[in-house]
Amino acid sequence: MAEQRVYEVVFIVEPSTPDEDLTRLTDNLRTIVTDQGGNVVRHEVMGRRQLAYRIGRANEGIYVLFEVEGTGREIAELERRMRVSDQVLRYLTVRVDEDRQRAEKLRARRARKASKRPLAAGAAAGGGQGAVARDEEDEEEA
Amino acid sequence: MSRNISGGRDFEREDDGGERGGGRPDRDRRGGRGRMRRRKVCRFCVDKVDIIDFKDVKLLQGFIPERGKILPRRISGVCTAHQRMLTEAIKRARNIALLPYTAD
Repeated sequence: MAEQRVYEVVFIVEPSTPDEDLTRLTDNLRTIVTDQGGNVVRHEVMGRRQLAYRIGRANEGIYVLFEVEGTGREIAELERRMRVSDQVLRYLTVRVDEDRQRAEKLRARRARKASKRPLAAGAAAGGGQGAVARDEEDEEEA
Repeated sequence: MSRNISGGRDFEREDDGGERGGGRPDRDRRGGRGRMRRRKVCRFCVDKVDIIDFKDVKLLQGFIPERGKILPRRISGVCTAHQRMLTEAIKRARNIALLPYTAD
C-alpha cells in the first residue's frame, strides 16, 4: 500500500451560511476527497468563532476541520475547489503524520527508559500514563 | 566581532556579569537592572509535550501578550525545541485567524 500521509485541513466558512448549506458544503468537500481516493478520518465543525482580524467583510466565521488520509493528490484537488469557492474564506492544510510519528517515538522511548530503570513499578506506569493522556488532550475545540 | 547596534548609546546594558558564565552573585546585581533572572525549566518539557497544536488557542494565547507579539524565550522560559514548535504553531494560528497578527 502506498504511504499514507495524514493531513489536517482547517477552513473557514462564510458566517452567513445557513446550517443546511454548511452540511451540503462539507459533504461536497468530503466527496471530493474520497473521489480522489482519500479517506476522511475525521470531520468536525468547530463552530462559529470570532476572527482575530477581519477577513473579507466578515468578523466571524465557521471553522471546520477535516482530517484526511491519502497520498496528497486529494489535498491538491480539495484546495483547488476551496480556492474557487466563494463560501470558503480561508483554508490551512498541515501535514501531521511525521509529527505524530515523531511524538510516538519519543513517547515510546520515554516509556522504555522509565520502565528499564528499577524504579517502583507504580511510579513508572503512573508517570507514563499521565504524559500520554496530557498529549492527546491538546486537540480540542477552538 | 560584535557590532554595537544601539547607535552608540548603551542603554539597557545589563550589569549582571553575563548570564552564561554563571553571572555575578545575586547580591552584587543590584547595581544593574536589579531583576532576577529565573532559571526556570521549560514548562513543556516538564509536561513532556510532544506536539503543540496550532488549534489550541487557549494554550497559545499565554505566549502572545497585548501587542500580539510572540514572547521571546528568555521571557517565557521555554526551551529551544519547544519555542520553535510554539512559534510555528502561533504563526499558523495567525494565518487562520485564531490569533491576531497585531493588536492595536
